[in-house]
Amino acid sequence: MAYDVLVIGGGPAGLSAAQNVRARGKTALVVSNPLEENPLWKAKEVDNYLGLPRLSGAELLTAFQRHAESSGAEFLEGRALSALRSGESWYVSVGNTMVQGKAVVLAAGVVRGKKLPGEAELLGRGVSYCATCDGMLYRGKRVAVLGWTPSAEKEAAFLEGIGCQVLYLDKPRDCAIRGAEKVEAVTCGGVTEAVEAVFLLRPAMAPGDLFPGLETGGGFVAADREMRTNLPGVFAAGDCTGGPLQVSKAVGEGLTAGQKAAAFAAAVK
Amino acid sequence: MTLQHLTTAEFDAAAGKAPLAMVDFWAPWCGPCQMLGPVMENLAAQYEGKALVAKVNVDEEPELARRFGVMSIPTVVFLKEGREFDRKVGAFPPAAYQEVLDKSL
Repeated sequence: MAYDVLVIGGGPAGLSAAQNVRARGKTALVVSNPLEENPLWKAKEVDNYLGLPRLSGAELLTAFQRHAESSGAEFLEGRALSALRSGESWYVSVGNTMVQGKAVVLAAGVVRGKKLPGEAELLGRGVSYCATCDGMLYRGKRVAVLGWTPSAEKEAAFLEGIGCQVLYLDKPRDCAIRGAEKVEAVTCGGVTEAVEAVFLLRPAMAPGDLFPGLETGGGFVAADREMRTNLPGVFAAGDCTGGPLQVSKAVGEGLTAGQKAAAFAAAVK
Repeated sequence: MTLQHLTTAEFDAAAGKAPLAMVDFWAPWCGPCQMLGPVMENLAAQYEGKALVAKVNVDEEPELARRFGVMSIPTVVFLKEGREFDRKVGAFPPAAYQEVLDKSL
């Protein structure tokens, strides 16, 4: 699946970017978790979105998505796992599929939470971010799924379905992954369980993990006034670029990022 | 030589004897593996006559995956005459693979 612009994130910034890419006559694909998993969904009232006071977060999100959809943006539910640039294209993997774009708008929100002890050291040696990728390698074995989103339960069910013995931990705290050469155990809240793999399913990948080499500062993506990052064809918008973490700011940045990404795509042969 | 798909039976005769080989352990259900597919195709063409570039489907060849201790896909293993000297876990841009190959040519 090849598009002019891939938008990672389906909140206010991503939806605004997608709508503006379409307004410039370019194709757009929005990769996103279900709308109800957006943190804004739970906001009872947003009172500073100009001209539309007292709407709930859910009402705003629904209206934004409808607008982007009616403009012709396409949607793919899932989590972007990794991205790489080859030739004049960006390739982004989403679960068990791969999508291609000439430009990317990163609008995946703020990724909270630091890496767990042992996570980086044992990545690829039992630590995995992708149940559908690596599950088959652990059939018949005991694995832990650490889930921080409702979709994580679906991935845990998938692992059970293919024959893994799954220990599911819902929004666990104080976790550490243990093992020397490979994963041997996971400890959460003082309880240690022997497992051969740990699947970490967060709402989104940290921007620097998704795009190796991406410039960040203080946990946020560095972007200029045209929402350009330091990587060619990668633009950023919304909460991932820093505060204020508000809808109006996200929608505005999404507009700039969408227009600039569309222009970048137009210049690619 | 273009990109080769190796089975367990073929593996030692091909990758075991090559002076330099790069083997991509992958599976069709894995998004990052699909992303790496075109990269490997290009590298196979680019290093034709210099290095063997091959793929192993871990679903069809679980023994090879076990033998190389593949715990996450894609995993790309670099071999000199069958002996592993480097590996990369995950999908990286072409330059990351070129760097390892070029150092060993």
